[in-house]
Amino acid sequence: MDLTVNGQARNFGGDPDMPLLWYLRDELGLTGTKFGCGAGYCGACVVHIDGVASFSCVTPMTVAEGAEVVTIEGLSPDASHPVQVAWRELNVAQCGYCQSGQMMQAAALLAETPDPTDDDIDGVMTQNICRCGTYPRIRAAIKRAAGQEAG
Amino acid sequence: MAVLENVSRRAVLLGMGAGALVLSLGLPTAAQEEPLKFGADAMPHGWQDDPRIFVAIDPDGTVTVTVHRSEMGQGVRTSIAMAVADELDADWARVRVAQAPGDEPTFGNQDTDGSRSLRHFFHPMRRAGAAARQMLREAAAAEWGVPVDEVTAENHILAHAASGQQAGYGDMATRAAGGQVPARESLTLKSPDQFRYIGRDDIGLIDNPAIVTGGTVYGIDAKADGMLFAVIARPPVIGGRVASHDATAALEMPGVERVVVIDPPPQPSEFQPLGGVAVIATNTWAAMRGREALVIEWDNGDHGAYDSEAFRGELEQAARSTDGAVVRNQGDALTALQEAPRRSEAEYYIPHLAQAPMEPPSALAMIRDGKCEVWACVQAPQVTRVRVAEKLGLDPKDVTVNVTLLGGGFGRKSKPDFVLEAAVLSREMDGRPVKVTWTREDDLHHSFYHTVSVEHLQAGLDQDGRPVAWLHRTAAPTIGSIFAPDPMQKLPFELGMGLTNMPLDIPNVRAENPQAQAHTRIGWYRSVSNIPHAFAIQSFIAELAHEAGRDHRDYLLEVIGPARKIDPTEQGDVWNYGEDPARYPIDTGRLRRVIETASDAAGWGKEMPARSGLGLAAHYSFVSYVAVAAEVEVGEDGNVRVPVVHIAIDCGPHVNPDRIRSQMEGAVIMGTGQALMSQITFAEGRAQQDNFDSYLVPRMDSSPREIHVHLVGGEDPDQPLGGVGEPGLPPVTPAIVNAIFAATGQRIRRLPVGNQLTS
Repeated sequence: MDLTVNGQARNFGGDPDMPLLWYLRDELGLTGTKFGCGAGYCGACVVHIDGVASFSCVTPMTVAEGAEVVTIEGLSPDASHPVQVAWRELNVAQCGYCQSGQMMQAAALLAETPDPTDDDIDGVMTQNICRCGTYPRIRAAIKRAAGQEAG
Repeated sequence: MAVLENVSRRAVLLGMGAGALVLSLGLPTAAQEEPLKFGADAMPHGWQDDPRIFVAIDPDGTVTVTVHRSEMGQGVRTSIAMAVADELDADWARVRVAQAPGDEPTFGNQDTDGSRSLRHFFHPMRRAGAAARQMLREAAAAEWGVPVDEVTAENHILAHAASGQQAGYGDMATRAAGGQVPARESLTLKSPDQFRYIGRDDIGLIDNPAIVTGGTVYGIDAKADGMLFAVIARPPVIGGRVASHDATAALEMPGVERVVVIDPPPQPSEFQPLGGVAVIATNTWAAMRGREALVIEWDNGDHGAYDSEAFRGELEQAARSTDGAVVRNQGDALTALQEAPRRSEAEYYIPHLAQAPMEPPSALAMIRDGKCEVWACVQAPQVTRVRVAEKLGLDPKDVTVNVTLLGGGFGRKSKPDFVLEAAVLSREMDGRPVKVTWTREDDLHHSFYHTVSVEHLQAGLDQDGRPVAWLHRTAAPTIGSIFAPDPMQKLPFELGMGLTNMPLDIPNVRAENPQAQAHTRIGWYRSVSNIPHAFAIQSFIAELAHEAGRDHRDYLLEVIGPARKIDPTEQGDVWNYGEDPARYPIDTGRLRRVIETASDAAGWGKEMPARSGLGLAAHYSFVSYVAVAAEVEVGEDGNVRVPVVHIAIDCGPHVNPDRIRSQMEGAVIMGTGQALMSQITFAEGRAQQDNFDSYLVPRMDSSPREIHVHLVGGEDPDQPLGGVGEPGLPPVTPAIVNAIFAATGQRIRRLPVGNQLTS
């Protein structure tokens, strides 16, 4: 089956039930997308499938067929996406492990809702777990990326 | 003691060796025969400050700081680089970090736990930077034929003002590397007004560029040519083993290469793998599918009946018994309790917890030419190295432990069982690289859990409701149970986490530790036994204040008493977090100040809306002082929200203030989870939580929207550093529970709150 990953055409001939996550990580070596739960509970694996934030750990390859997949490695060519910039400026990360998924989720949120309220942010970002507890900075970084505040 | 020395170095360094002595003989006598060591001196392999180990300068001027402590989100790679770069007077833009492999004889102690990386290595790392700077100046002086004290070194530039000569650090790097390392005593460290980076709030995380592009490498991301992928079905009950298995269907799964039975370890199993059946495949998914197809009969061993609800009853019985070991005794608490005009008592329950780092345990191992190399997310790379060597029958020098980033640790990754699994499986595959990945279910079913506790407190009160007698019994399985045939009692380092060193100003204090048996693996979890001790003590004080009709803050400050310095070793704490009680006494003035700061900032005493409340708690741990004032709203449906939290910490001088703040923010959120939702329960010996649908942890909508961190103290640059990673956590949970009482009049004595408030 054919698909596009970060703008590159790819072909996959393995187990059609394999979740996209493991194709990205084990076959393509794109390890920026993380494994956290394998069940769509934690959001560490979020990528964009045709622009929609999706849990790659529960998305079988059959669903990704023909799709354009974007991972953290492809979010911008030079780390210039407003979400990446805000994440850096506010030192959002602690261990950093969940942040790929957080940033992909946040980027999709802002694409859909460019000027999100706190409740909008809660509604979407609650799908992503961070055990280090970076939620206040994630919220602040989303607002900064949305141009809502200076700092 | 001899038994314990052999089973774990880490256990010994945490005071376990001394602990065995205390439990059997009372206060130490043997230890007095040799001078006591403290801090980094008392840790295995101590410390190094040699610039040749930690600082490299390329001819292009790039400075590489080798960081020998593991990065798990506390910011240590950034903070250590800041300390070195500051004394080196390097240009931060040209500073990189390299991660040291597990090699304590070379680098000094590497156990990244106990909130002590900066506490123990801030000064050695500064000296390494200062010595490197001195070597650069000497090289320039020799090159230019001028006196060394006329050569300046600032922001990556060496200069001799009189002759106008100037050179970059890179230009002198080769010559400096051939020079003498200056004597430690000859170095002059900067005064705080000279700091270029230390204490600054705007130094970005050194790993930020990689983090925001997905370029970081955690243990689970390690790769090697020809790598195989493994998952393991482990005995669901501790001490269990495979009775029989059928791998036929698993081996038919596409991609599955081998199925390997791993023998169970002898008990107690320390950091050894649990055994089970491993499926090795060409990708992780195939290995997972193969594991699902295994048919296994388990022999559950001795703990197949463990039921945490029934065990709570056992712990309560123990906590009500009067025959527990007396671990602290000042005055005569028993008599004073009898004679006090009034008496109050309460019991608190704190369940098992799992660290559940977002990156589950994962490691890659390969063996070639009699040498093993691993890549792993470990907090204790040296222990990992030694255990891998033992497992494979190699010399530790033939084992290389490459430390990746850790996707969270919280104590789980102090134990290298998962690395040993990878090493054993690589051996089974003739040395081919094998990566073992734990699923979330594996992580929650086979953790080294936070213990489970019943804390029984009694106070004898005077006419004004002030405590004149205090009895605290703690019943909880000990971490010692993974090292030695169940010791049944908490070790001194566990007792020294808020019990034997409890600093309240009460004349008659008695602490008892009745026996409790472990039925699962117990391990370190961020802030460890401070969690139950702080929860119980800080809840009980709030209860006593209410009974006395007093304002909780006033009462708490009064019970802490006037500002004074306490030597905890005079009360029965033989550990003091491994620090010299003369340098690190408990300073109740500092404890008072964080309470005043947090409560003032929260507007203590202000009018609160109906079903809203403000709660307070404070705790001393890891030689730092933290207070939390939390605001809660309890809905008519019993749901609790925590909209605003103020947390104040005094950890001495602030090396990297931004990372102190981030640790406090994270502690508030983790503590919110412990208060409201998180617990691991057992039935038929098995952990009942499988994934994040049943092991509930805070998410954005259940976390405080506002967390205000107040950094207190730090004015005196000579004050020794306190810990940061752990001390934020213990007071959060009791502050929230006290706020729930303020909001509703309902006292929660059993964690988590869960649905206890739903009517």
